[in-house]
Amino acid sequence: MGFFLETLIGGLMAGMLYSLVALGFVLIFKASGVFNFAQGAMVLFAALAMARFSAWIPQWLGIDSRFLANTVAFLLAGALMFVVAWLIERLVLRHLVNQEGATLLMATLGIAYVLEGVGTSVFGSDIYKIDVGMPKEPVMILEGAFEGGLLINKEDFVAALIAAVLVGLLALFFQKTATGRALRAVADDHQAAQSIGIPLNRIWVIVWCVAGVVALVAGVIWGSKLGVQFSLATVALRGLPVVILGGLTSIPGAIIGGLIIGVGEKLSEVYLGPMIGGGIEIWFAYQLALLFLLFRPQGLFGEKIIDRV
Amino acid sequence: MSRQIGEVILNLKNVSLAFGGVKALTDISFDVREHEIRAIIGPNGAGKSSMLNVINGVYRPQQGEIILRGQHFSKMNPYKAAKAGISRTFQNIALFKGMNVIDNLMTGRNLQIRSNLIQQAFWWGPARREELAHRVKVEQVIDFLEIQYIRKTPVGRLPYGLQKRVDLGRALAMEPSILLLDEPMAGMNVEEKQDMCRFILDVNDQFGTTIVLIEHDMAVVMDISDRVVVLDYGKKIGDGDPDEVRANPEVISAYLGASH
Repeated sequence: MGFFLETLIGGLMAGMLYSLVALGFVLIFKASGVFNFAQGAMVLFAALAMARFSAWIPQWLGIDSRFLANTVAFLLAGALMFVVAWLIERLVLRHLVNQEGATLLMATLGIAYVLEGVGTSVFGSDIYKIDVGMPKEPVMILEGAFEGGLLINKEDFVAALIAAVLVGLLALFFQKTATGRALRAVADDHQAAQSIGIPLNRIWVIVWCVAGVVALVAGVIWGSKLGVQFSLATVALRGLPVVILGGLTSIPGAIIGGLIIGVGEKLSEVYLGPMIGGGIEIWFAYQLALLFLLFRPQGLFGEKIIDRV
Repeated sequence: MSRQIGEVILNLKNVSLAFGGVKALTDISFDVREHEIRAIIGPNGAGKSSMLNVINGVYRPQQGEIILRGQHFSKMNPYKAAKAGISRTFQNIALFKGMNVIDNLMTGRNLQIRSNLIQQAFWWGPARREELAHRVKVEQVIDFLEIQYIRKTPVGRLPYGLQKRVDLGRALAMEPSILLLDEPMAGMNVEEKQDMCRFILDVNDQFGTTIVLIEHDMAVVMDISDRVVVLDYGKKIGDGDPDEVRANPEVISAYLGASH
């Protein structure tokens, strides 16, 4: 029982991190109907910026405190993501209003290459580390309740907590504010949104900014776990099955989808792995996504695709 | 009727619009007076919807200009049009399907929202008060259109006739001075048409809103409009009050059916 719970909790925490990546996709899809292939590149770019800034800032400003340096670096990286969002709108999206989804999708592929290229040429292509002082050592909890207690990875726990708070705030923002409503309106129908005076351009900048901040948080958390390197861009691939499971238009879907995949991966690896030779963790999520595509293509919480005939 | 038809508020001068080699509109001029109901009629493909799209800036005409309250616009866009008090409905309803009726109407208040993103994010005093004030306006529109019972229903689930009404509601929530209606009664049954007519006349009468509408149902058009423009193959072939238009031989042969 203790072992099962330990696996379960490990899965939930890993799942929360998947949710965080998936959230980037959902945000942009919700607000502009674009499937943003550049999300992974944004995570990499943000993480690179964060890693380099936190290394450079102590030299530039002579700050000794690691906490202060990290805070300044985080704010700078955040500001940089704002600039990136603004540039993307200015140079790419503005010219593609009312275009087909496929056109916009290709445009985001282009954005991905540019971001990766610019990111590595400005910040270098070595492997960097981000050290935001997350507690590394695992702790034992509930030692009284179970034999041997539960071993919890503190770092994962803090990361999951941060992700949960961010996700909650975003869900509230979308549902409860006037700007959130305008974002949802734009997602539903560009033309109608324009006709009632919702400024498409400003909305797009806002949503790419928010996605940029989400990418930054994801980049910092994943970066401090895995190190900042080019492969971080492929972390976004982990988010893909999550959005298919949860539904492309649902923020709660991204969270629950992430949790299901996180838990599913870990449990199947531990309990089914020995039977069929292990390595399940690698493909489990994609298999699950495939099943969903076959039987429930809109995902768990996505808007049902109804066509009036 | 109590309303007084006023000065020219919207003037279209020599508007021509082409898509590649297809001439959708050729040299069309007409004006709209304040508080009037102005209809645009014509057979299918005559350029009626294109005309409306030009007024609201969805299409940019190659030639001609739009003069709105004395202000010249050679390049209109939907955002500018909305800011200038023009709102519209769509021929094939363009509502935000995932949202409920209230939220759809609230989006119509977007231009009036003053609080900034940060205030909204924290539901700060001003943002909160503002949201409530807008909600009151929206509830008034809901009462006006008699759609109280579907306030919280996602619009995608509503029957067609009601969606049309919500579409009108969203346009009304903007408190427009000019309302463009693209076939407000298309696909409706007699009862729904009567309701829609009543709403259009009430909007015009109570709020003094100037209305430009496209409609296929000739009986309706002749009944409710003050003046009618007739288009055929992108050209203007008639303009005047319903009686004049009915008597215009060109219009009769093009649209009403000639008695050969």
